[in-house]
Amino acid sequence: MTESKAVWNRKHLLGLEELSAPEIGTILDTADSFKEVSTRSIKKVPALRGRVVVNAFWEDSTRTRTSFQLAAQRLSADTIDFSEKGSSVSKGETLIDTARNIEAMGTDVIVIRHPAAGSAHLLARSVRSCVINAGDGAHEHPTQGLLDLYTIRERFGKIEGLKVAIVGDIAHSRVARSNVWGLTKMGAQVILVGPATMVGKSFEAMGAKVTNDLDSIIGQVDVINMLRVQFERIKSSQFPSVREFTRMYGLTWDRFQRCKKDVFVMHPGPMNRGIEISSDIADGPQSGILTQVTNGLAVRMAVLYLVTQTQGA
Amino acid sequence: MPSLLIQNGTVLDPSRNLEQRADVLVRDGRIAAIGQNLGDADRTIDATGCYVTPGLIDIHVHFREPGDEEEETIASGSAAAVAGGFTTACCMPNTKPALDNEAQVEFVLRESERVGLANVYPVGAITKGRAGKELAEIGSMHERGAIAISDDGVGVADASVMRKALQYARMFDTVLMQHCEEPTLSGGAMHAGTVSTILGMPAIPAEAEQLMIARDLLLNRTIGCRYHIQHISTAGSVELVRQAKRLGQNVTAEVSPHHLLLTDETCRTFDTHFKMNPPLRTAADVKACIDGVRDGTIDCLATDHAPHLPEEKELEFQYAPFGIIGLECALPLYIKALVEPGHINWMQLIDLMSTRPAKIVQLDKGTLRERADADITIIDPKARWTIDVEQFAGKSRNCPFHGWQVTGRAVATIVSGDVKWNLAHK
Repeated sequence: MTESKAVWNRKHLLGLEELSAPEIGTILDTADSFKEVSTRSIKKVPALRGRVVVNAFWEDSTRTRTSFQLAAQRLSADTIDFSEKGSSVSKGETLIDTARNIEAMGTDVIVIRHPAAGSAHLLARSVRSCVINAGDGAHEHPTQGLLDLYTIRERFGKIEGLKVAIVGDIAHSRVARSNVWGLTKMGAQVILVGPATMVGKSFEAMGAKVTNDLDSIIGQVDVINMLRVQFERIKSSQFPSVREFTRMYGLTWDRFQRCKKDVFVMHPGPMNRGIEISSDIADGPQSGILTQVTNGLAVRMAVLYLVTQTQGA
Repeated sequence: MPSLLIQNGTVLDPSRNLEQRADVLVRDGRIAAIGQNLGDADRTIDATGCYVTPGLIDIHVHFREPGDEEEETIASGSAAAVAGGFTTACCMPNTKPALDNEAQVEFVLRESERVGLANVYPVGAITKGRAGKELAEIGSMHERGAIAISDDGVGVADASVMRKALQYARMFDTVLMQHCEEPTLSGGAMHAGTVSTILGMPAIPAEAEQLMIARDLLLNRTIGCRYHIQHISTAGSVELVRQAKRLGQNVTAEVSPHHLLLTDETCRTFDTHFKMNPPLRTAADVKACIDGVRDGTIDCLATDHAPHLPEEKELEFQYAPFGIIGLECALPLYIKALVEPGHINWMQLIDLMSTRPAKIVQLDKGTLRERADADITIIDPKARWTIDVEQFAGKSRNCPFHGWQVTGRAVATIVSGDVKWNLAHK
């Protein structure tokens, strides 16, 4: 694994679009050292002792919330959980007011998950705490992008030169966007695959290739990252049926046979087994799905650590 | 009423293509004479180095009264208008309740008279409550003084209702102003393009505007109502209007300062001061709008002055309301977008800001002919200043041009012979 010189001077992690390759490298290297902590019998370091981390979630989430919480705890931070359903508009209190109220209790880091794109940026402009974006609408989910990068690097020993396909509802996916930024910055080639209603040519402006034909690229890629199918997209006519989606874009056993022998299969979860991915592949030796979850913890520890070490944080 | 002599300025009157160093004498609220040695007056204004033009007219403003008086009122909106050089403003009916009956029309006219700053003319709703279902009392509102009809904020989505609105409005020869946006393609917060793709933001495609324009032009082809397109914003829309005009259709269009100066790239920081509807489009659309102004496809300039409170705008981008204020900085922004790059000259600018908007809403204004209403704007074309929302006379501050260095400013605004704004006395 290449050791890059540590580069980090950010108080917030809002997206991967604004990060440089050395900054991403710093996070991944830092995650390496934190991953070891999880193998100890006492899985805790004092890096954030006395600091307060708030998980402020305006949207349902199980794994991201749990992962951030555990990451903060392993760094010895105190953690608070805050959750609110629906938009702040309907609640009568604005996002900024809610955040300032939480912050008034003396917080150091706010981890925010919110259904509106740009909400983490709005928060970062309005509070003194460090802000970590845990998913803002369809915009970015930087820690997911980073843990995907980490998992790929761990598997292949590199990211540069790899071909990565991301398959499914790209248009509504913050995971896809963060992956495109991160992967292309680190020198991988990204192919976005989905029906024309779910991935437009405008994604090429981000540096990815776009295709509607999964079978045409299935044999070329080193990594295939399957996104979760959202069933409510049938109602908005993004695709006609689950059956047809699976036929055209599902990672079936048949398609898997046409992949490269060492293809690495990923999924950000939660999976719809038998729909976007068949169970025997998800549970098979080439699946990185659970490793992604494990690595997510180390990556989030690294991010929490780095933002709080920045001057003024 | 005391007489007024405006001395040593350059008179620019697009209504008769007059550009001349001359004095202007105003008596009894009307233009009495233009020329030299016009004798004494009770009051004089020195306009050396300035243009003396027919009063600027903005046919698209939101004064929020009744309903949202904390954002703007007819009084504060009128103050903003004269501070920006506008002598006349047409206010849109998306108030609470909607301006959809003659009592509401009467209210705006009376309140405007009571305020006594700018001429404020109400635009009545096309449909009751602007709901797009049943026609509002267009005839009664027209008789009472509604200067046009519009459901602005939304377009009339139902084609059958729209056809009837065009037919009905045609009887009164009133202008129907359409906010062109097909709702089933809309629902987004910004222009659908590369930037919205990157931001993952729900978006409004250019086709949402073009589809309604195309539909309306088709419906109106045999009806021939005065049909006016509000805040045109896409290259495709401009082309549709160009073709329709070539075929002799009764259509006019307006464009706002922001659609001539800004693109969707500005939304990258999620700053809600760049959120408006129609949304900021691409550089190609901006160029097409400028070309449309140059070749006459676009008939006039209008601000879509849309005041909002800071607390409304300090929200997540997709939850914040659309709209920005425009009255107090429109003139230098149009100069920056159109005159400074050489797209149009000063005479054309005043034509687009006064004479032609007057024609669209059939007002006997936009001219400095003798006996015309003495609505006059005195403009210092060389005044360099910085747009500062804290200095604005209006109530709201939602302006993306705050801090811009601009050139050209209204130094005096005269309505019916009365000086309502004088920069020197500010």
